[in-house]
Amino acid sequence: MAIMKPIKPVGIVGYCSYIPRYRIPAKAISQVWTDGKGGTPITEKAVAGLDEDTVTIALEAARNALLRAQINPQRIGAVWVGSESHPYAVKPTSTIVAEAIGAVPHTQAGDWEFACKAGTEAMQAGIGFVASGMQRYVLAVGADTAQGRPGDALEYTAASGGAACLIGPAAESIATFEATFSFVTDTPDFWRRPHAHYPSHGQRFTGEPAYFEHVLSAAKTIMSELGRTPKDYQHVILHQPNAKFPRRAAKMLGFEKAQWETGLLSPVVGNTYSGAAMLGLTAALDIARPGDRILCVSFGSGAGSDAFSLLVSDGIEGVARRAPTTQAYISRRREIDYARYARYRGKLLLA
Amino acid sequence: MTVEIARHWRLNAQRYSLVGEECPTCHDKIFPPRDVCPHCAEAAGPDFHFSGKGEVFSHTAIYNAPEGFETQAPYTVALVKLKEGPLITAQLTDVQNDDVQIGMPVEMVTRKLAEQGDEGLILYGYKFRPQLAAA
Ligand SMILES: [Zn+2]
Repeated sequence: MAIMKPIKPVGIVGYCSYIPRYRIPAKAISQVWTDGKGGTPITEKAVAGLDEDTVTIALEAARNALLRAQINPQRIGAVWVGSESHPYAVKPTSTIVAEAIGAVPHTQAGDWEFACKAGTEAMQAGIGFVASGMQRYVLAVGADTAQGRPGDALEYTAASGGAACLIGPAAESIATFEATFSFVTDTPDFWRRPHAHYPSHGQRFTGEPAYFEHVLSAAKTIMSELGRTPKDYQHVILHQPNAKFPRRAAKMLGFEKAQWETGLLSPVVGNTYSGAAMLGLTAALDIARPGDRILCVSFGSGAGSDAFSLLVSDGIEGVARRAPTTQAYISRRREIDYARYARYRGKLLLA
Repeated sequence: MTVEIARHWRLNAQRYSLVGEECPTCHDKIFPPRDVCPHCAEAAGPDFHFSGKGEVFSHTAIYNAPEGFETQAPYTVALVKLKEGPLITAQLTDVQNDDVQIGMPVEMVTRKLAEQGDEGLILYGYKFRPQLAAA
């Protein structure tokens, strides 16, 4: 089984999340479609404001990752943004972000797509870029303003948010990558054709053969190949399309609540798609101590999972306070009703 | 249209991230960038990156927004006094108009300013929001 390890040690030198301040409670959605009867998959989700999109979300996370890393943006050799809601079909999100953080023009830039794991793919490629010596720093971002069809099950969870990871030499890192591993198959659990505004999904097909098969396989393989067990990790973050799947998967792997609760944000933020696993990682890094181990596993429909095993280094001391923590963004909260939500997310057609 | 695109493109650094100038003679910080220092009338100097921190100097709510900005109305426009000195006009975001107060600490964020219809460019630029404390 080929887990991937860089030849030269590589780590995270800066990170930050961004979560918009608007929240719609799941109950406000269920009142519209089911008279509020039946359970809801989460408590509430984050909604982007009228002037926010994947570019602005990626940008704030990127700026704060730079504040934490304290490096000159001109030294960033690649700016990669993973998303399934890039504002343009043709014109990269990454060039706008690179320009606004001051990384242009001597940088590589590109947009990545793979449903909800586009951001972690960019992280993996970044590890390779840095380890090969081709670049010293790579900025990998996962950000989305996800849409669910009104009345569809996904409407309760499809949320907005993102996170940025600045990857660089291990000697400057707050956490080093011990290894990464991907598990990928052709699975039709969720898709969107180019002309379609909302995605389609394979209903119950999304659980066992998609999410659980890929997340569990990736997590088990990286741990066994590294000779580790769940006890070796202080934090585990699994992709979180709702509150139930990641809890169940973490339990099946042998983790306990204390290990997953810091990084499990979907109950109060929703599913931020490309941002989801990376957002959980930022919440763990905010409170991590030197010597902690973190396991982070993303999932993207279509389908695949990227797993990362990280060892937190001494460099983490004092870094969190240089920018807003993920919990600070979560507590910056303004509740909105369904009507305002419909306007913010462009669900009203006025013409 | 092409002239319009070129104009927006030249303003990128200034509009995305508050890049102004510092006067090499009197060291006043200048925004927006211009040919001569408004304070001492000497030739304006090298690029200066503003911190983005400031406070609300005055503000007004906009209910009837000009063309291209209608989709975000109502919103608040403020005169913001930057920490480094200059006063600039900008939209406030992530705040209700009733909650805005003179002297309120604000910080720069980059947001969508306007969209040129469904098929045109999306314009991004600076706005200010209530200052979010770091951790
Ligand atoms: Zn002067």
